[in-house]
Amino acid sequence: MTKFRRPGHGNVDVSKTLNFSFDGKSYQGVQGDTLASALLANGVHLMGRSFKYHRPRGVVGAGSEEPNALVAVDRGQGRITPNVRATSLELYDGLKANSQNRWPNLKTDIGAFNNTFSMFFPAGFYNKTFKWPASFWDKVYEPFIRNMAGLGPAPEHPDPDNYASTYGHCETLIVGAGPSGIAAALSAARNGGRVILCDENPELGGSLLSTPGVQIEGKFALDWLAKSLEKLRKTENVRVMSRTTAIGYFHDNFVALAERLTDHIPGVEIGPAREKLHRIRAGKVILAQGAIERPLVFNGNDRPGVMLASSAQTYLGKYGVAVGNEVAVFTSHDSAYEAAFNLSDSNIRIPAIVDIREDIRTDLKEQAEQRGIDLFLGSAVSKTKGKHRIKSIEVFYPNTGSKQMIGCDALIMSGGWTPSLHLWSHSKGGIKWDADLAAYIPDQANENCVSVGACNGDFGVAAALNAGTKAGGGRKKFNTNEFDFGTGISLDTLPNYIDTSKQKAFVDFQNDVTEKDIKLAVREGFKSIEHVKRYTTNGMATDQGKTSNLNALQIAAKAVDQPVEKVGLTTFRPPYTPTTFGAVAGYRNDQLFEVTRKTPIDPWAEAQKVVFEPVGIWRRAWYFPKKGEDMHQAVARECKATRESLGIFDASTLGKIEVVGPDAAKFMNLMYTNPWNALKTGSCRYGLMLREDGYIYDDGVVGRLAEDRFHVTTTTGGAPRVYRHMEDYLQTEFTELDVWLTSTTEQWAVIALNGPNARKLIEPFVEGIDLSRENFPHMAFREGKICGVPTRLFRVSFSGELGFEINIPAHYGRAVWEMLFEAGQQYDITPYGTETMHVLRAEKGFIIVGQDTDGTVTPFDAGMPWAVSKKKKDFVGKRSLARPDLVAEGRKQLVGLLTEDPNVVLEEGAQIVADPDQPIPMDMIGHVTSSYWSEALGRSIAMALVKDGVNLTDTDVYIPMPGQTHTARITAPVFYDPKGERLNVV
Amino acid sequence: MLLIHCPHCNEERPELEFAYAGEAHIVRPNEAEQAEMSDADWSKFMFIRDNIRGDHAERWWHAHGCNMFFNAIRNTVTDKFTMTYKVCQKRPTEHQIKVAKND
Repeated sequence: MTKFRRPGHGNVDVSKTLNFSFDGKSYQGVQGDTLASALLANGVHLMGRSFKYHRPRGVVGAGSEEPNALVAVDRGQGRITPNVRATSLELYDGLKANSQNRWPNLKTDIGAFNNTFSMFFPAGFYNKTFKWPASFWDKVYEPFIRNMAGLGPAPEHPDPDNYASTYGHCETLIVGAGPSGIAAALSAARNGGRVILCDENPELGGSLLSTPGVQIEGKFALDWLAKSLEKLRKTENVRVMSRTTAIGYFHDNFVALAERLTDHIPGVEIGPAREKLHRIRAGKVILAQGAIERPLVFNGNDRPGVMLASSAQTYLGKYGVAVGNEVAVFTSHDSAYEAAFNLSDSNIRIPAIVDIREDIRTDLKEQAEQRGIDLFLGSAVSKTKGKHRIKSIEVFYPNTGSKQMIGCDALIMSGGWTPSLHLWSHSKGGIKWDADLAAYIPDQANENCVSVGACNGDFGVAAALNAGTKAGGGRKKFNTNEFDFGTGISLDTLPNYIDTSKQKAFVDFQNDVTEKDIKLAVREGFKSIEHVKRYTTNGMATDQGKTSNLNALQIAAKAVDQPVEKVGLTTFRPPYTPTTFGAVAGYRNDQLFEVTRKTPIDPWAEAQKVVFEPVGIWRRAWYFPKKGEDMHQAVARECKATRESLGIFDASTLGKIEVVGPDAAKFMNLMYTNPWNALKTGSCRYGLMLREDGYIYDDGVVGRLAEDRFHVTTTTGGAPRVYRHMEDYLQTEFTELDVWLTSTTEQWAVIALNGPNARKLIEPFVEGIDLSRENFPHMAFREGKICGVPTRLFRVSFSGELGFEINIPAHYGRAVWEMLFEAGQQYDITPYGTETMHVLRAEKGFIIVGQDTDGTVTPFDAGMPWAVSKKKKDFVGKRSLARPDLVAEGRKQLVGLLTEDPNVVLEEGAQIVADPDQPIPMDMIGHVTSSYWSEALGRSIAMALVKDGVNLTDTDVYIPMPGQTHTARITAPVFYDPKGERLNVV
Repeated sequence: MLLIHCPHCNEERPELEFAYAGEAHIVRPNEAEQAEMSDADWSKFMFIRDNIRGDHAERWWHAHGCNMFFNAIRNTVTDKFTMTYKVCQKRPTEHQIKVAKND
């Protein structure tokens, strides 16, 4: 049995010994311990070093509010979790934990020189000091700050664990399974609705676990608890979840619960989910989060061994651990007496109770006297001593100025209680100042939500039970036998004879913020509490100020000379406790991070060892390298083969929308700039779509299947937004039109064949369509069959060659592709990817919306006035094309660029200037939008948007790049076969 | 995550199914009106929005649901939806909004 374990106390199984290591040293704990309780049982208080001054720190709390005892846990196989609170870390056999923010070890930390020089490190120190020269930031200041200030190092490798997530629904969600939460669950369960009761701890019971001496309805707390939990577990409509933290409360009673599944189990392999995020939609939420005890802000309050009174009570009551042999008490609240008496009754010596108040309840005085405890009323602790563990305190009596040293090995403190408003505030519930509690409590609810028990200011077990019962719809009143929770006072500054500037009175332990820092911030002009918070960083550590916010607020309020309630509280934000990214990501990781859309022909391409590229959320074949080829060689070969004989391309990703109805043509006239009335059934046409502001939004070929039916294609990335754009106008503006829209993108696989031998290849496979030059001319569109499969066949070309786009039902896509590919061997058929497609179209000057246009380009800027009907009185974007800015001179226009050196392929996005010798910053007149090596032309080609570009045709412009300025001549954007003769191959 | 009542499905559905679509009750001028509109008036129709603090009439699209656009009154301060209604319906009066709030 370890030195500080108290057999007969606590809810742990002392028969089950667990071995663990901390900073490489071996220790023993028992089943039911946390790392903190096990270390304390071994007499270890020093568990960490502070963030800024590297001061030695011990455990302060006993739960998720802990600011100091942060450790890194190594679960093997690359699973290292930094910044775990030792107070929440369940002990298991073989646990390996290490302290953080120290070097070379916890007891001798070089960084502690910060502490010696702490007069130089006040609030805003970094902002004031590490300011200039700016060049020092990267190389000197930032590495220094990162090395010196910090928590545990982040793991170096991706998290190998799995995480799960799920949705859930219930009539009543209860957060917190202390007395009020359990009472609420018991009464809500009776009403039959689904109830979820969750608690962040492994064991349910909350404060009852710390105070087993309390009696409820004549039973001891643990017996009542066991019976109640058994009843809840047996009730079908109740779900009890332990190790489950409600991390955030969102709109309309949507609460996120993070459940820890495996961290407490030794030797868990990678595989089963480590955590699970439950997204719960609740009819009603009952918040029973409890309250957190407040530290007292006095000189030397951060020495290891100084902790909250309630924590000491928890370590004894829940874990059977004495936090010391001689435990002094410093308080301003009655509740600490319960802790003192509990400890005393377990043979822990209480050398002194120091109370700030001059007078206290008679019963407390009597009980202290019975136990032989010395009371120091109207007194304060003015300093503490001890290097790595407190050794003594100095008690100061301000009325006489007398001082007295008292030996101890722990000091427990209480500055009153702070109701936990976190989730209530996430839900945007109102709060009000309660002067008696010196704390904020819930006011008006913003959701169907009630706050019960200590988090609502209802202190004491009976009050909590009754409030919980009422919230769950019951009326029962409980009889208890418990310590009278009582009252306290709250002081902004504690009496001390030592000059304030020489005191080290910490407010925020984790971020090393002292009382001085807060006063300094106010002196320097930060009056708003939100500003004080950001300037001092009070409450901005991983504990989000659970123990420090109210103390900081009171000190700041005093400094600005305003009542606390006027100063207000800083904002609570989710998550309630630090949450792993894994829990938030859930299944959405690796392959499931984003859905990859694949075409029906994708598996064929994959088998060819194609290189893919992402286009929107599609993955598309980029180029098909043969053995030993790089991208440049592969693309050059694909281009050549297509222009000389035959290329085959998977165009299935094109967006497709079927526009149907008596008013289909009218609708098309409004949505596209082109005229549609004259388009004959059996033909297709290039369509250009604008937004209402007159800029190009999308384009694509549109075929007319019948008077009342159009097959519309869109760009690959634009399909969803074009569909939405059409639906929006149809439903809200052109409501008189009788039209239906159907997205058919996934219904059709599309095979594009380009090259002089394209017709020869498909002729034997096509039924029902006369493919002759006369009867199936360029821009013809027919329905028939290919390879025995229904097809919608377009004769179109995005390459300038004779081209066909074969639409077939998606599930036949791969079969038809393979038949054509096999038959195409006689023409050396060559599969090509998106890169070759881009080169071929750029050689012809065809634009890609989103590459050669950027949302500020009109059809006139893009050199496409022919696509805009002059006769139509209305279409989306028409009126805007007459806006003054859109008809002004000097707009950027799409042009071609030919570099002086034909071997230079410009960078896409490169800026263009008219005069390369002008001083920097130069006047940029445009940028390169598309740029490729053209195998057909044996040189580079580019397209660009250039200010007044058309008028600059045949003049030279310059493209300054690092190390070299390129010269290029502005040309028309059609580089290859400008007359389009190749389309008419026999 | 908000729950939004779709007036077409007549159901409350999670926010994820919906997409915001800008201020409501801005009517596109017809072709005759467009022809007569000054550039200033056209740019006002195109670009100027009320940016209300409080009850805002706005458009939503049930993108992953019934695919219908509808209008809503949402308070831009509290993020609460007071009511939703079909696009063919008039903007609710202040009195109607008040009544809906007390429902």
